[in-house]
Amino acid sequence: MMEEDREGLLRVSAHTIRVTEAVRDGDSLTFIVISQKLSGSGEYHVARTHEDFEWLQQCLFSQEEVPGVLGVIFPPLPAKPHLNASTKVLKQLGFLVMGKEWCTYCKALEIYLQQVAANTRLNKNKCLENFLTSSDAPGQQRVRKSIFNRLSQAVEGLRKEGHKDVDDFFQTERDNNFTLTGCSKSATERFLDVVLTEQKLAVACGHLSTCLHLCVEQRDDGTAQAFSQICVKLSEVVDLMKKNFENVAENNLSTLGLGLDLETRYQEAKKEMLYRRTCKLVELETASKNAERAKPIRKAAMDDLKMKSEKEFDQISGVAKQEIARFHSVHVKLLHQALILWCEKQLETAKETSASYSQHLQAFKDLGE
Amino acid sequence: MATSSERSPPPFPDSEDQELEPEEVRDQDSDDGGDIFLGAVSICLEAFSSPVMDVFGELPRNLSSAPVMDILTEPASKTSTAPMEDSISKPSSTSVVDILCEPSSDNVKEPEPDIIDPLADMINNAPVRDARAPIAAVTKEPTRDLFDDEPSDLFAEPRPSKTIKQPQTSTDIFGEEAVTTVPSAVKRTIPINSKTNGVHSDEEADIFAEATVELSLDSPRNDRKRKEAAKPTASAPSVTASVSKPQPPTLEEREQKCEGDLTKPVNVFHSTGDGMNAYMAYKVSTQTTLPMFRSKMFTVRRRFSDFLGLYEKLLDKHAQSGYIVPPPPEKSIMGMTKVKVGKEDNSSAEFVEKRRAALERYLQRVVCHPSLLQDPDVREFLERDDMPRAHSTQALSGAGFLKMINRATDAVSKMTIKMNESDVWFEDKLLEVEAEDQQLRKLHIMVESLVGHRKELSVNTAGFAKSVAMLGSSEDNTALSRALSQLAEVEDKMEQLHQDQAASDSFCLAELLADYIRLLGSVRASFDQRMKTWQRWQDAQNMLQKKRETEAKLLWANKPDKLQQAKDEITEWEAKVTQYEKDFDRVSSTVRKEVLRFEKEKARDFKKQIIKYLESLLQSQQQVEFWTLPQAKTGPVLA
Repeated sequence: MMEEDREGLLRVSAHTIRVTEAVRDGDSLTFIVISQKLSGSGEYHVARTHEDFEWLQQCLFSQEEVPGVLGVIFPPLPAKPHLNASTKVLKQLGFLVMGKEWCTYCKALEIYLQQVAANTRLNKNKCLENFLTSSDAPGQQRVRKSIFNRLSQAVEGLRKEGHKDVDDFFQTERDNNFTLTGCSKSATERFLDVVLTEQKLAVACGHLSTCLHLCVEQRDDGTAQAFSQICVKLSEVVDLMKKNFENVAENNLSTLGLGLDLETRYQEAKKEMLYRRTCKLVELETASKNAERAKPIRKAAMDDLKMKSEKEFDQISGVAKQEIARFHSVHVKLLHQALILWCEKQLETAKETSASYSQHLQAFKDLGE
Repeated sequence: MATSSERSPPPFPDSEDQELEPEEVRDQDSDDGGDIFLGAVSICLEAFSSPVMDVFGELPRNLSSAPVMDILTEPASKTSTAPMEDSISKPSSTSVVDILCEPSSDNVKEPEPDIIDPLADMINNAPVRDARAPIAAVTKEPTRDLFDDEPSDLFAEPRPSKTIKQPQTSTDIFGEEAVTTVPSAVKRTIPINSKTNGVHSDEEADIFAEATVELSLDSPRNDRKRKEAAKPTASAPSVTASVSKPQPPTLEEREQKCEGDLTKPVNVFHSTGDGMNAYMAYKVSTQTTLPMFRSKMFTVRRRFSDFLGLYEKLLDKHAQSGYIVPPPPEKSIMGMTKVKVGKEDNSSAEFVEKRRAALERYLQRVVCHPSLLQDPDVREFLERDDMPRAHSTQALSGAGFLKMINRATDAVSKMTIKMNESDVWFEDKLLEVEAEDQQLRKLHIMVESLVGHRKELSVNTAGFAKSVAMLGSSEDNTALSRALSQLAEVEDKMEQLHQDQAASDSFCLAELLADYIRLLGSVRASFDQRMKTWQRWQDAQNMLQKKRETEAKLLWANKPDKLQQAKDEITEWEAKVTQYEKDFDRVSSTVRKEVLRFEKEKARDFKKQIIKYLESLLQSQQQVEFWTLPQAKTGPVLA
């Protein structure tokens, strides 16, 4: 077929991929994925569940034919959204589950797909194409065993993280990444606290507003009326406060919250990649040592192993360097976009609220004049 | 005058005592204090241990005090508007000063026509105030304009009773402003009574083109009308997007508000030891033109127990006549202990500030009350340098126990008295009061929870700001790093903002509600008093009945010697019955008047406070806008 011959070029343009709705289907969520054809002649609409996404991720992981695939920083897939889960589980998912009607989660999935499609080493995979265009759910297909399994078995029991690197560049990267992962994780958590408190405040304001409404007095005379009016007006203002908090919280989580969450997950993905490389390094060093110490009978075999390891390692390192460079620009762009969006939205909300407050203040002053 | 604080009120005072007070009261009622007061009384309350002059030495508080001196030259005195709580009072008190020296906060304008309150300023120089001062971008010009106008307006204000002229202060402070002579102080001497209300308000309105009227009320109804008339004009100039002009009342208020230092506790040597004997001394500064005071301006130092003592005395004397005696803030063992122990954290500073503000409002309410102001005890409290310790207010003293016993007796008798309510107004009112009490309590709880959440938000925001700062510093990309650092700064500011807003919530709303809950308690007490009077009347009637029966029996049994005695007794009791009936009517009418006054004050108070609150809300919101803006602008740079 034509498509398959074409070196697996993706038929859709990466940046047009959208994940629009999340339809709740009993216990699971189904997402609508829309993408524009590269030829510009239409769209693909497919419905996918989280299992489908996981299948895709597995496919990507198991691309053995791509040289140095271990050096790729795989875009992180958001965790499975539990619909009826406990608060603890929900808290782990953090910002993604908090948005109105899962829109934050959808955005996260969207970014995932866009990043996968934009990564030249990943987007040639037929699975991706399949995922985006085929109307059948691909989740049922059997996935080849992921290469990662092999690796983890090989390095089982060895602490590799602290292993000193041979390359300064990578050592610096690893150190930086370590700090950054910690920082972004803690920033995300703190921000989550802030947003949760804002939501609590919104609820408290709601209660206050209701209470104030109940203060309206029944009598007819002037003073009672005045007091009632005051109460009603104040209750309106408190309602405004409540809406403000809700909006602020919503803005927070849909922009900066998402950005920080993404940042955290991306840093973790980078960490994993670096870890894989470090493991390979250890493997290489072990192989080298073995080759040196090998008895002549086995020397050839050991040397072979060593060469193979070295080659793989070099490939990984090469890919890793490119990926890291790309990663830098990507993650900066993503976080930056999140910040800008956050500013804009918050500014907008603040302006609206200011205007409303002004109005109410004026109305209040005019009361009973 | 009964100044002994040891005296516990007899449940039913003798008729002799009754004689004096009703007359006094009656006089006051009829005059509305018009003849008696030719000026206003302004009270400044400072929590301070250093002499007043020291206070003047400090900016900006100084300025607020300085005008005080100048005011002496004015016939009018200034009544401070109800000093609002911390964040508000500071700006307002230093409004004049601030306007001169630095952008004053929007809050300056907040203490809006504080018509209600007389004067109790507390000077509290706690540094805490600085921290809490809302950032305001109030330009000086507008305020100055106001000042230009105010002085004349203010001068026009002085009412025979207690009006405070704040503008005076402002002019004084600014120096540039010419001190306008009091136009027709004569106007003020017109006895104000309800009939002239309409006329008066017109005049007032004319006089204060822009003044926010903060007249204190000499006659509650008058004041209110005046206030209302002047308000529309006042509000016009005052509302601008981000700048609020200090209104004259603000100035007045400011003036009234003395800021006190967190006083270094003065050690009083009791038998119990040193550290825990430290107490907070509050400085009460008064400015007045009323002739009944010895001087125009004076300051005294008072302890918290002195305030309680004053309340006890007023209660003893006036509660039986049905007056609603404003209650002081409650004792708080936890709060004072923390302060004594010397804990330097926010909560103890906050506690002191809250207490100071509450005491100030308390005094202002007392002075606002036309009848209570007449009481020599009040005068003594404000004037006398050295007051005897009010030991009866201590919980564990002999007097304390006596009070508890009396209260218990009262509670029991309240339950047993079944009043034949002839006037349905009272019945309805009582029900309303009780319903209102419930509502206010609920509201108070809600507001407190709101305050708690805000504080939590502030803490969380601080944590977030720190983590973002760390993230920013670890980030390689310089532009992103810079953006993140900016974000951290913004969040830091937001944290402060949330804290301020929490304080405003607390001081504006929560304290207001707490005050009124206490006041409603007093209202209920006045209703109870009325019931007691009724009971007494009924008892007298029963007694008369019995005496008549005795007389009839004696007549029938034909014992002429005892007959005379019986007849005498009957006459005596008839007189008593008449007396008690009159008392009852009098108390009923007093209670009715008081309740109406209370309601009006309440509406006014609430409105004022809420406006203040709204203004602070608006201000914080605008700050948010202001800070978020630069962040948004750095966006394009990164791309």
